[in-house]
Amino acid sequence: MKAAVITFPGSNCDDDVVYTLREFAKFDVTTLWHQERPALGEFQLVVVPGGFSYGDYLRSGAVAALSPVMEKVKEYAGNGGLVLGICNGFQILCEARLLPGALAKNESSKFQCKDVYLKVEDTNTPWTNQMKPGEVVQYPIAHGDGRYVCEIDSKSLADVDGVLLTYCDAKGKNLPEANPNGSQLAIAGISNKARNVFGLMPHPERATDLRSQHGKKLWNSLLSHLNAKGGNA
Amino acid sequence: MRIPDSQPSTPDMAKSLGVTPDEYHHVCKKLERPPTFAELGIFSAMFSEHCSYKSSKPLLRRFPTTGKRVLQGPGENAGVLDIGNGWAVAFKMESHNHPSYIEPFQGAATGVGGIMRDVFTMGARPIANMNSLCFGSTDLEKTRSVVKGVVKGIGDYGNCVGVPTVAGQTLFHPCYNRNPLVNAFTLGLLKSDEIFRGFASGVGNLVVYVGSKTGRDGVHGASMASKEFSTEAEPDRPTVQVGDPFTEKLLLEATLEAMKAGLIIGIQDMGAAGLTSSSFEMAERAESGLEINLDNVPMRETGMSAFELMLSESQERMLLVCEPDKLEGLTKIFEKWELHSNVIGKVVEGHRVKIEKNGEVVVDLPVELVTVPPMASRPKVVPSDLKQRWFLDRNRLFTSSIEAKLDLVFTDINFASAQPIVHQYDSMVGNRTEGGTFDDAALLRLRDIPGSKSKLALTVDCNPRITWLAPREGGRRSVAEAAVNIAIMGGDPIGITDCLNFGSPENPEVMWQFEEAIEGISEACEALKIPVISGNVSFYNETDGVPIYPTPMIGMAGLVTDTQRVPKTSFASSEQDILLIGPAEGGLGGSVMTSLFFKRECGQPEDTDLNLLNRMLKFCERLRKTKFSYSIHDVSDGGLATAMLEMALHSAVPGIGFTAKIPQGADPDRFLFGETIPRVLVAIDPGHRTEIETLASQAGVGFTLIGETNESGEMKVLQGGLEVAKRPVAAIRTGWENRWKPCFE
Amino acid sequence: MKARVTIFYKEGVFDPQGNTVAESLRRLGFKTVQSARVGKVVDIELDSQHEKDTKAAVDKMCEKLLANPVIESFKTEIIGGA
Repeated sequence: MKAAVITFPGSNCDDDVVYTLREFAKFDVTTLWHQERPALGEFQLVVVPGGFSYGDYLRSGAVAALSPVMEKVKEYAGNGGLVLGICNGFQILCEARLLPGALAKNESSKFQCKDVYLKVEDTNTPWTNQMKPGEVVQYPIAHGDGRYVCEIDSKSLADVDGVLLTYCDAKGKNLPEANPNGSQLAIAGISNKARNVFGLMPHPERATDLRSQHGKKLWNSLLSHLNAKGGNA
Repeated sequence: MRIPDSQPSTPDMAKSLGVTPDEYHHVCKKLERPPTFAELGIFSAMFSEHCSYKSSKPLLRRFPTTGKRVLQGPGENAGVLDIGNGWAVAFKMESHNHPSYIEPFQGAATGVGGIMRDVFTMGARPIANMNSLCFGSTDLEKTRSVVKGVVKGIGDYGNCVGVPTVAGQTLFHPCYNRNPLVNAFTLGLLKSDEIFRGFASGVGNLVVYVGSKTGRDGVHGASMASKEFSTEAEPDRPTVQVGDPFTEKLLLEATLEAMKAGLIIGIQDMGAAGLTSSSFEMAERAESGLEINLDNVPMRETGMSAFELMLSESQERMLLVCEPDKLEGLTKIFEKWELHSNVIGKVVEGHRVKIEKNGEVVVDLPVELVTVPPMASRPKVVPSDLKQRWFLDRNRLFTSSIEAKLDLVFTDINFASAQPIVHQYDSMVGNRTEGGTFDDAALLRLRDIPGSKSKLALTVDCNPRITWLAPREGGRRSVAEAAVNIAIMGGDPIGITDCLNFGSPENPEVMWQFEEAIEGISEACEALKIPVISGNVSFYNETDGVPIYPTPMIGMAGLVTDTQRVPKTSFASSEQDILLIGPAEGGLGGSVMTSLFFKRECGQPEDTDLNLLNRMLKFCERLRKTKFSYSIHDVSDGGLATAMLEMALHSAVPGIGFTAKIPQGADPDRFLFGETIPRVLVAIDPGHRTEIETLASQAGVGFTLIGETNESGEMKVLQGGLEVAKRPVAAIRTGWENRWKPCFE
Repeated sequence: MKARVTIFYKEGVFDPQGNTVAESLRRLGFKTVQSARVGKVVDIELDSQHEKDTKAAVDKMCEKLLANPVIESFKTEIIGGA
């Protein structure tokens, strides 16, 4: 299984993701520099990792979304390739319009780094098929601009397509105090219509062999999806 | 009109730039001419206390700096210790106090940036930051804005570069009202045979400038000089540098990549005194000469003089030396990372630095004349009121109830959850942090070392109250407390860095404090057999002419080799026995409780028993090799009462409560509030009590069963079977969680 | 020519910085403060002569990079001649 992890100037979770994919999910991992325009067809997964691409100086993810490599990522996603964006990677995927919505400054206007609880909203996806509907997992967050804002004036999760994870308390309740950044409808992670592109603010790679270890469920879902696909082919 | 760089200087100019008449005379005599204005700028920077250590250097020689792990001691950008398997750690701590008062956000941010550059210039990838912050009274609006700005500055910079902030210490005391302390620590990981140093060696090699362009940032001396001497008014120039963490990240990656490719001979950060210190210090270490042409320095502003270029403290810049045939490869890497680089000079025969600007030689100085300044002779004297400070009115203490004293300690500004600060720092990036942001020391796994199960334990510690009353004991205790914290997390101390924050060295009482603190730190390090591998001295920390409490901050690294467990520092269940390891009583001199009670620090602190400290470390080592689980926490500020309560406050057990029994014959104040180091609390399943007792007696440390946890939600203190104090944990928690929040509104 | 771009969070998107500024001002005694918004200002110098072309170019820059239409609105103005 081959994965590509993209490095932009200012990415800083790229190595964490490489390590996790190699050590835990046993991927053969290649890192790609943002200036490259490689063919991505050989990869089963492309990850846009966290960090502060271009210092996040204009707007988180905005400059990176225009990098040469992102043209290729769009093409790859258009062909159904699996693309995962974590934290700054999520912001980049939204800025690149591969995912709906945008990420605004945290409601508290402060950077927040802590463990949060997440409720699994949809399990029929490559990213969550080894989780149970309504299950609560715990991943850490570490961001200043993580407040998800939908494009439409949505009033309930039923109005929004593709929500996979929401912020909740330990018991799975979407309480305001369990929403660490003021995200609309407590959305923590969302996928595109085809479910092959997924972005989330929390860091599963930091909770794989450390902390809650719930990150394993995401990688296992991915592996199970890819293996099934491989088996069908 | 501006003073031309090449104009001969005068004694008046020297005076206005802070070069003393003696120093100026010394320079003129050695040069056999007055230095040019640009050269004077160089002397003013390099002879400053900050760069020259002219008051402290002779005293710093007292530190033990050698040992089997030491690969690089003090004198380089950072010290380096061998951690086995062919790997090493580089670390250092530095102050950024004054800038952080003037512009808290940028002051703190650039402090973090500077210390990280010191570490990665050694060839080490920074994997952990810590900080130690001392602020004034939170009643002051200014303090609150400083706290908010400093914390945001540290967070923004470290978070962006991607180095986790894993531990820290925050203290509030009015002595820091107008002089907060911001001490930043960075540790990096490197291969033990791939250490880079600040050497400008190899005649014919090129001197390369890389990083941000040079502006007039921080050229304070220059603006002052021009005000004094120019006939034309000039606009005020910024003296505060602005940090750019994004460029720092690029510089970090580009530098490490170039090092790995074998393209760099020597490298140094342009930190304090910028191009001046980096060029002269690199020539000094290599005993070489340099020729520099300032016209090739990338400039952000126009019309900059040599004086300004040499003294600018623009951030995120490096000076490095490479072989001519490596330049192309080097340039390619910097271009990849979108960084400016330029050849600005070369290494030459001899031992002089010659600097040209606009075709004119404006500086031509022998290296040692700049790097070996005349030492300042600083008298020392014991404070005349020391004996008065040591008076502690025990009789008055007896008039107050235990509950009243508990309330004092539990409402102290320093008794607070660090969450409002800690959550603003990314403590996990790098995927190494196993714990520690709220524990006694941070614990990092070393996933970079194939097959290694070793971990690092890191902590910063200092006790300014004790140090003010008894500086030698203060130094000793800061090291001892750090060592206990490391041991509790499962590590053996391997070395320290220090950041010595003091008042004016021209004040003989301050110099006495300084010498005593160094002695105390040295004694403790010798007892623990660990070296001081790097450090920093910050003098002239005063509030309204009154020196801050002497604050010798210690950053300690420990190595965990014999255990995989991450110890719990809070109560694990409502059915644990609570055991006190070490002496049942502690000293009250300088303790939190007595300081609050008498509204001033008083009493003579008791000396730390360094033999007992070693036995305590032995006990911790034996404890971590047991099979059963335990909770462990050290007793420090606030004494046993605070330590027990912290174990309850951090506990995830709902409704946790506990009792503390004052042992028969023990003095209640000394038992509950005494702060002698080392005392350690261990909470275990009652079934393992006798095993702990055996371990304690084998190690030669005291053992007392002092209480147990329960589900009462209350802290109860019993004496002779009678309840003498009771406090609800929940109410204390509310205050504890919210105490620092007003600083961040 | 010189152009100025001003970018704010759209109406309806909560502006935490603006909110904090307004609260702080009120705390300082400026009781008449109703609300505050914090945005970004980008000044751009262009090698161009015609105001209309310049404005069109800057509008395009906003759409392409400077503002995110999902959460931000922008305003462009010409603030200096060639």
